[in-house]
Amino acid sequence: MATVAPPLDNNHRPSSSSAAYDPTFVPDAVKTFVVHLYRHIRDNNVYEIHQMYDTSFHTLTDRLFKDTPWPSVDAVSIYVDNDHVFCLLYKEMWFRHLFARGSVGLKERIESWDNYCELFGVVLLGNVNIQLPNQWLWDMVDEFVYQFQSFCQFRAKLKGRSEHEIALLREFDKDFIENAAMQILKAWNVYGVLNFLQALVDKSMIIEILEREKQGLEQFTATDGYDYNGGSNVMKVLGYFSMVGLLRGHCLLGDYQTGLKCLRPIDNSQQGVYTSVIGSHIATIYHYGFANLMLRRYGDAIWEFNKILLYIFKTKQYHQKSAQYEQILKKNEQMYALLAICLSLCPQVKLVEETVNAQLREKYGEKMSRMQRYDDEAFALYDELFSYACPKFITPSAPDYDEPLVNYNQDTYRLQLKLFLYEVKQQQLLVGVRTFLKVFSSISLAKLAAYIEVDESTLRTILMTYKHKTHAADARGKIISNADIDFYIDDDIVHVVESKPSKRYGDYFLRQIVKMEGVINDLDAIKLD
Amino acid sequence: MVREVAENPPPAATAPDSYTVEQLVAINPYNPELLPELEKLVNEQVNSKTYNLDANLCLLRLYQFEPERMSTVIIARILVKALMAMPAPDFSLCLFLIPESVQMEEEFKTLIVLSHLLETAQFRQFWDEAAKNRHLLEVIPGFQQAIQSYAIHVLSLTYQKLPRTVLAEAVNIEGVALDKFIEHHVANSGWVLDKGHSKDQLIILPPTEFNHPELKKNAADNISLEHITKILPILG
Repeated sequence: MATVAPPLDNNHRPSSSSAAYDPTFVPDAVKTFVVHLYRHIRDNNVYEIHQMYDTSFHTLTDRLFKDTPWPSVDAVSIYVDNDHVFCLLYKEMWFRHLFARGSVGLKERIESWDNYCELFGVVLLGNVNIQLPNQWLWDMVDEFVYQFQSFCQFRAKLKGRSEHEIALLREFDKDFIENAAMQILKAWNVYGVLNFLQALVDKSMIIEILEREKQGLEQFTATDGYDYNGGSNVMKVLGYFSMVGLLRGHCLLGDYQTGLKCLRPIDNSQQGVYTSVIGSHIATIYHYGFANLMLRRYGDAIWEFNKILLYIFKTKQYHQKSAQYEQILKKNEQMYALLAICLSLCPQVKLVEETVNAQLREKYGEKMSRMQRYDDEAFALYDELFSYACPKFITPSAPDYDEPLVNYNQDTYRLQLKLFLYEVKQQQLLVGVRTFLKVFSSISLAKLAAYIEVDESTLRTILMTYKHKTHAADARGKIISNADIDFYIDDDIVHVVESKPSKRYGDYFLRQIVKMEGVINDLDAIKLD
Repeated sequence: MVREVAENPPPAATAPDSYTVEQLVAINPYNPELLPELEKLVNEQVNSKTYNLDANLCLLRLYQFEPERMSTVIIARILVKALMAMPAPDFSLCLFLIPESVQMEEEFKTLIVLSHLLETAQFRQFWDEAAKNRHLLEVIPGFQQAIQSYAIHVLSLTYQKLPRTVLAEAVNIEGVALDKFIEHHVANSGWVLDKGHSKDQLIILPPTEFNHPELKKNAADNISLEHITKILPILG
């Protein structure tokens, strides 16, 4: 086995960390892998493709490519008839593996972007007529947004860089293309990324498909997005997942309203193609919940977090062997932290299922009671939980290379955190009031003011603040109360109203009916000898 | 380092002139060429007392992508319009997109203080502060009415019977003008004057589920038709 000297990039450094990497060498196992995968793709054998993609690829990676990249696409293409689309798909996996392994340089990032341009370009032209598993299609969109996020942070981290590296980055950004339309071609430019996702949504007509499905004129969710009429699922499903990609992208930029708008065609109160892949299910709900938290719709956030956390609790054992297990666990922990925040700001424990509540008490019970005191220690806890659980925000614009070298990649995060804590602090005024409202059924303003040690005028503003903060506008602009304790004022007497917990009987019965039907069907299917 | 142009660039929007800005935003919001049009739209919103949150967020995003094209005058206008949209959280939504360094400028610090006063229902302090900053606020037609509208919203959540002095402070109107104001709402918004009370004039606000808990419908148990259709095959 001859070892060829590793190829050098523009900086005359080896382009991979291991000196023994030979991109032209294709082990037999890889040869077999690509040949079979190529054949399964040509045969539209989605099940086999999924097995190879989800399992074999990772097994081979663990065995042969722990420290080196996979063989280059040029080396394997002869085994797959030099098929253009297959090569693009292989290259996408190749880069994904590279990014997962460790630090990636500017050159590789640009090359990966070029590959996505080509790959999505081919899809958008309608030239892809194969069927791929949803897992793969989701991973493509997810990775695309991830590499965008990674690039922004890479570019903004100026501190500690050598002069040479800074010069390269400056050169890269200086290459400013006048024509606005061409600007979107620049590697990982925010316009380009968002436009690609939007293009996939538009060209696939996924929004219209989902609309027609509601009217019973089309099947999409029922077939999990797969096409049983001889067509391809690739563009449709990429378009579908791109909506989740846009939600995520907008959250990373701090635009929660638009992010939720992008997700609107998907009804996240029900099953859908987004739930067919656990990664997509979690990503959707995590960002949906986070966006609602920032929009102060705590009730909605709590409801959705509760559902997904229960789902993960029940199903995580089935994913233990999967390559995404660690990610699932990480997101699970982050969502518990977000739930703790939401419940501290909006005590509505009745929205939370018992199992989830038990887990929550275990992880954050003590912290939550301290957070509800709204003192300095509480703010530190809010800071801690928010910082742990929030998305990795990005700065989409190029840094100022002339300014003293600092890291810009924390700017957006710091701003979001600051504004969030600002909102939390506004609730500090309500602490005293809440305690007393729990005790009295009616009390005069004068007496209550004396207890809280403020004057009557201040008390009135505090009570109005309480009302304002607990009555948020929902997605349709309707005002909804999420107060556990409510009241009204009659001239100068406060009358307290305890809200009765409303059990959602209807929901419960619906679920049990469907479950029962499932059990009966299963029983019917069993043949007794 | 010259980049090669990829063969298949993502489609950028080239809309015909007959589209309105709103339609352009709906078609493709990620288009740097929209920036001047969106700025014009902000000024239009100010002049015609209209409001378009989506278009304003789109503009703030474009400023985020290309900070050298940012206009603090336009941003200030967007923020005032957002204040006028309360109780919606639009002001915060806009702040999330404006870099911290820009928020440090005087006029933005003032607007943030004003927002804080409104969020915490400190209406007297708000009107005092607003009076000191007329140049920022009174250039936006409809500002006063919008804030008064928000004040009434919060009062209606909180009070069944509202003393006149509290109302006066919240909407910043006194004397004869306040009488006229109350008359207007008695005629149009279902307010009722409580004549029996001798100490201070009381206004009875229209009953809603927020200030009259017995009116609260137990909406939580409504089941939508969509969910019923799922089990119809089972029940049938």
